[in-house]
Amino acid sequence: MSDNKKTYWKGIEQLSNDPEFIKNADKEFPEFLPTEQNSEEGGGSNRRDFLKMMGFGIAAVSLAACEAPIRKAIPYVNKPVDVDPGVPNYYATTYVNGGDVCSIVVKTREGRPIKIEGNKSSKITQGATNAQVQASVLTLYDNERLRGPKIAQKNAKWADLDKEVINKLNSVAAKGGQIKIVSNTITSPTTLKVIEDFKAKYPTTELVTYDAVSSDGILKANEESFGQRVLPSYDFSKADVIVSFGADFLGTWISPVEYTKQYSKTRKLGPDKKTMSRHYQFESNLSLTGSNADYRYPVKPSESGKLVVELYNALGNKKSSNEGINKAAADLKKARGKSLVVSGSNDPAVQVMVNAINNLLGSYGKTVDISTPSNYRKGDDSAMKRFVADAKSGRVGAVIFYNCNPLYNYAGAAELKEALSKVSVKLSTADRPDETAIASDYVAPDHHFLESWNDAEPKKGSYTLTQPTITPIFKTRQAQESLMTWAGVAEPDYYTYLVNAWKALGVNDIDEVLYEGVYETSKSLTDAVEETVSTTSFNGNISAASQKIAKNYKGSGVELAIYQKVGIGDGSQANNPWLQELPDPVSKSTWDNYLTVSKKWASDNDLSSSQGECNKAKLTVNGKSVTVPILIQPGQAEGTVGLALGYGRTSAGKVADGRGVDAYPFVNLLNGTNSYDVFSGVTIEILPERYQIAQTQMHQTYMGREGVIQESVLSEYQKDPFAGRYRPQIADWREESGSTPAGALSLWKGHEYNNHHWGMAIDLNSCTGCSACVISCHSENNVPVVGRQEVINKRDMHWMRIDRYYSSDAAPDDLKGLEEAAANPEVTFQPMMCQHCNNAPCETVCPVAATSHSTEGLNQMVYNRCIGTRYCANNCPYKVRRFNWFKYHDNGNFENINTAMNSDLGKMVLNPDVTVRSRGVMEKCSMCVQRIQYGKLEAKKEGRRPNDGDINTACASACPSDAIVFGDMKDENSRIYQLLKIKDTEIDYITETEIHEPRAYHVLEEIGVKPNITYLTKIRNKDLKDHKA
Amino acid sequence: MQVTSSVREPLVTGGKTVHDVTEDICRQVEGKPSKSWMLGMAVSLVALLIGAYAVFMLVWEGIGVWGLNKTIGWAWDITNFVWWVGIGHAGTLISAILLLFRQKWRMSINRAAEAMTIFAVICAACFPGLHMGRLWLGFYWALPLPNTFGSLWVNFNSPLLWDVFAISTYFTVSLVFWYIGLIPDFASIRDRATNKISKMVYGTLSFGWDGAAKTWGRYEFVALILAGLATPLVLSVHTIVSFDFATSVIPGWHSTIFPPYFVAGAIFSGFAMVLTLLLIARKLLKLEDYITREHVELMNIIIIVTGGVVAIAYATEFFIGWYTGVEYENYTYMSYGAATGPYAWAFWALIICNIIIPGTLWFKQVRTNFITSFIISIVINIGMWFERFDIIVMCLSRDYLPSSWSMFYPTIYDVGVYVFTLGLFFTLFLLFSKFFPVINMAEVKSIIKSSSSKKN
Repeated sequence: MSDNKKTYWKGIEQLSNDPEFIKNADKEFPEFLPTEQNSEEGGGSNRRDFLKMMGFGIAAVSLAACEAPIRKAIPYVNKPVDVDPGVPNYYATTYVNGGDVCSIVVKTREGRPIKIEGNKSSKITQGATNAQVQASVLTLYDNERLRGPKIAQKNAKWADLDKEVINKLNSVAAKGGQIKIVSNTITSPTTLKVIEDFKAKYPTTELVTYDAVSSDGILKANEESFGQRVLPSYDFSKADVIVSFGADFLGTWISPVEYTKQYSKTRKLGPDKKTMSRHYQFESNLSLTGSNADYRYPVKPSESGKLVVELYNALGNKKSSNEGINKAAADLKKARGKSLVVSGSNDPAVQVMVNAINNLLGSYGKTVDISTPSNYRKGDDSAMKRFVADAKSGRVGAVIFYNCNPLYNYAGAAELKEALSKVSVKLSTADRPDETAIASDYVAPDHHFLESWNDAEPKKGSYTLTQPTITPIFKTRQAQESLMTWAGVAEPDYYTYLVNAWKALGVNDIDEVLYEGVYETSKSLTDAVEETVSTTSFNGNISAASQKIAKNYKGSGVELAIYQKVGIGDGSQANNPWLQELPDPVSKSTWDNYLTVSKKWASDNDLSSSQGECNKAKLTVNGKSVTVPILIQPGQAEGTVGLALGYGRTSAGKVADGRGVDAYPFVNLLNGTNSYDVFSGVTIEILPERYQIAQTQMHQTYMGREGVIQESVLSEYQKDPFAGRYRPQIADWREESGSTPAGALSLWKGHEYNNHHWGMAIDLNSCTGCSACVISCHSENNVPVVGRQEVINKRDMHWMRIDRYYSSDAAPDDLKGLEEAAANPEVTFQPMMCQHCNNAPCETVCPVAATSHSTEGLNQMVYNRCIGTRYCANNCPYKVRRFNWFKYHDNGNFENINTAMNSDLGKMVLNPDVTVRSRGVMEKCSMCVQRIQYGKLEAKKEGRRPNDGDINTACASACPSDAIVFGDMKDENSRIYQLLKIKDTEIDYITETEIHEPRAYHVLEEIGVKPNITYLTKIRNKDLKDHKA
Repeated sequence: MQVTSSVREPLVTGGKTVHDVTEDICRQVEGKPSKSWMLGMAVSLVALLIGAYAVFMLVWEGIGVWGLNKTIGWAWDITNFVWWVGIGHAGTLISAILLLFRQKWRMSINRAAEAMTIFAVICAACFPGLHMGRLWLGFYWALPLPNTFGSLWVNFNSPLLWDVFAISTYFTVSLVFWYIGLIPDFASIRDRATNKISKMVYGTLSFGWDGAAKTWGRYEFVALILAGLATPLVLSVHTIVSFDFATSVIPGWHSTIFPPYFVAGAIFSGFAMVLTLLLIARKLLKLEDYITREHVELMNIIIIVTGGVVAIAYATEFFIGWYTGVEYENYTYMSYGAATGPYAWAFWALIICNIIIPGTLWFKQVRTNFITSFIISIVINIGMWFERFDIIVMCLSRDYLPSSWSMFYPTIYDVGVYVFTLGLFFTLFLLFSKFFPVINMAEVKSIIKSSSSKKN
């Protein structure tokens, strides 16, 4: 193009370009705004200027005020293939926390995991979950998680960290110093392979495995008995008689999800199955498992070991002084090969005796499978002790804490802390600055399991895969990749490593396995666990074991039994507010641990308790003391006290820190392994200070109200399936008998359900009270957490709660006496949520019709319309309605309590299908109406009716014992239709659902509200004479 | 000219003439406020302001500042509501029902009683408003207004909605009745007024009353019609308030006896409150000749009657609790014991304040004594507050499922909002007693013995 010299100009001034013009050229506005100031009079602004400026000012300010806060919603520029806005994706993956493994399916919405369900493909858990598994999705969005690596507690870059760590490790290795990888049980064979590779690079490396709650005793006992240091697989489902010595296998012992599933199968009753297992429990604290036992005997920890020996002897016809042992022995003898004895003790001697009993009863190969070992617990208490000794003596050059927190949850944490000062390189892969991470030089945070690739082998031959369900939120790194990096792999890719490793299992296309999430094979991934148990013949030394027990088990004074709570467990997820607010299934307490004392001890010491308030006590155990609130616990063995682990965290995060007291220092050594029982040296000093424990249930007994709890014993049920049923009648001249069921009379015509009629059946017999449903409901329905003080104010928001009732020793007409629970009560759990009454008392009283009945039988709550008179809650006979007393979201007062609704990170867990309720409105169980709608729409798209099982509520799907059955009571093929033996009868031209299952009842049938939730009676496998009122 | 029986005690003592009546009543309006009035006003305003802070916190933070919980959704709020509505019963009863029954003695007390009614209903109306979780929506969503929500109507089944209608109707009729009665007296003040402002204000308030015979005729006719309208309302308002409880399923609430029981209780407490106020006003405003021992005794007799009805209602509830064999109701009344349970103190407060202490009114010396009457009137109001508290909180605290049983503990905000309404009530009543004629001059003039001359 030729040079173009043409000039364009805006005005004549620009053309002439005189200096005056240039001076003002780049000023947008002339200086001489038309204010009077510039007129000849000059000098200051006058009234007109003032008005102009004020006018401008007001206009500007009000315009600025009109501007809405900017909320960033960033659309996808290119839609990811798998993500459809509004449509959930499900990924099969695996929950791993220490040695706990659970195959799960994760629901993600727009790339965010929001809900955890069980994986039904897993033969181990069979779709079951528990509260901790359910809650783990919130831990992913914990604000306390580290944003990236740290060097000397300062934020750093991965490259710098890697460089420093490699240098340090090399120098330690060069000097021949020991490198220790300290870890909880690793169930992942591929991770173990990575550690092997790491060892190859640094040959002085040793893997030290410990567990917060150790099962080393079982491992050692099996080593002695069968020559294999393994944890057997138990099958409770095949046991007709179950005897447990302090093993809380439904709540916290080893693999409760799996055991609950198995156990529940033995507790189901129906017209075709009129037998159930009989369960004996000998324990000190009233555990969840003990609460479900048919016969429960409170025993001191120091007695429990001896009782195992006595049971062994009783099986050989030597009577025990404990009648429970004799009774259990008699039942066990009748059920050879169909019985199971377990013990929660970590003493190898006791476990050898347990093995001997199981061997005597022929349980091996039937209910106990030693040839298919479980990998849940591999911790070696003595190895850990050796490590501490090595560190103390300065032999350890470097230590890597792989996803473990021994400075909190190892019994010798104080000793370890001291020893660590002699270790020059300390590294933690913790996800948060926890007790161990803050004492480490380097923190290389690992992904949350929902962000990771991994695998696990919970049992020999059963594999389950972990796949990421979200892009890593922070600059964390898969710990295996960290190890590979430090071992010198240039560009580590754990996924590829995993895929290649799995080729050894015969898996060439890992996507196929990922679809199911689980894989079973006889092949093995690592050579290390290749050995099989050659013999199942028992080689234990019974007499040596019983001598040890006789020598060691000597109690004096009060004894302490340390236990885990179902929600908080060992404390690793303590910063999870859902778990903190989960009422302990037995004590119904939240946010704290406490000293459980027996009723007798309380009355001996003149302790009184009301509304959860009691004195504090100074608990001293062998020189170490803590101040802890007291809780009077029915069922607590006399002469014992209980204290839960998992509390007293100092560096878990704002939710957990300072809640309760740390019980780990009281864990002691007995017979070479950690012992969670303290037989002597326990003193309790009652302090005058009172403390209120936040409990969600204030009254403990059901006051003999048969309208609420209906129960019987097995022998009665076998005679008459209506056993235990309370069928209130009312006089009616129209009937030939002269009376009619009280609930059948109504002023109203029923509702006409032409399409669906949703209902739910809850089997009180299989419900163990484990509370997985409570957390599942929290997670599904965005239920707020309100914190300790608001729980004390009795304002917990649980839509789904589990009422726990103790039996009383008082006569049925002694209503004052019935308020007192028995010293060793029978326990009943009753899940309670909105009953979706057909004649709902709440619906009629709402002045604005904010709660109404759907055409499908649901009682609907319209949050938008609610004005918060609370009349509906008052008029609810079941008291299941929950009011938003405050604004629980975006409220500074709840910032460290309701974390899921008070930060952008926390809010990622919210279910976008469910409204977050505002202050001043009522809320309650909706029977997961969003799931029902979704299921119906999916079916509609396919041009069919929803099949039974397409739609399931959050509580029912979480239930590990299948106690909750949800379905369409109009669908003849549905489980609920068949379970309840529904017949449709026409009354007043309306088809009514009539339930013909003898065990089925409606709570408070006599008030005629006609709920859509049906309960099945609780049947205990007790002798009639032992049954309490 | 009123003919009175010579065997009856005169209703107005002191041989007052028509002029004396005008002077005595207008003196309050025209004169400077007294020191005691100023003091009372100051106390009331302080209470109002402290209460206003509690109200502000309630609306700003949420209902959670109160002590309510998941089991007990109503406590002080609805207790206070029913209490105030109950108090608001006496005025209309005195002016309407006693008018229809030609009870002349009502004439010197009905004005103040009606004013009390109106202020009490205003205080009562605060609570259904303030107790709502979303007041900002509730105050108009609870009304059957045409709307753009797709013709979304209120729920006509709900007793709370009936309350809205009952209270608003009652308030409107009471207000009109009261105001019409005030017009001739406003006119008197207008005519006597010496300064411009009074003339203008009272002139406006008196609606151009001209005192013509025709006007008087119309006035009396309207009063009669309004009395006829108001009479069923006296019975209906508390009946409907009682439906809040009676139509529910909660044991202790679900009770067919509630409507008459509540109405009797309301009159009981209303008369007690009238007594309290009049005995104070009598002294402070020097109305000893208008509010006589006779008045006090007659009102005390009504208190005895209604108190008796209430006592029988309590007994009936206990009897039915046992007789029906309904275990939940039986528990609430008998075995758990209203009388022996954790709320026994509230129950016994009720029995002592409502039955035992008012029982002393059977003695003539007690019911004709101003001081004992005053004390008993206050005790009754405390007792009636506890009655509502017992019904609401005690029944809710232990209903069907023992797992939900709970206790209620009030917070300072529960107390604060109550103080707010007390402050509001007394502020309004003091303003009334200063600026409005506290006794119906026009009517009282019809019952004095002589129209012109002093007796003796």
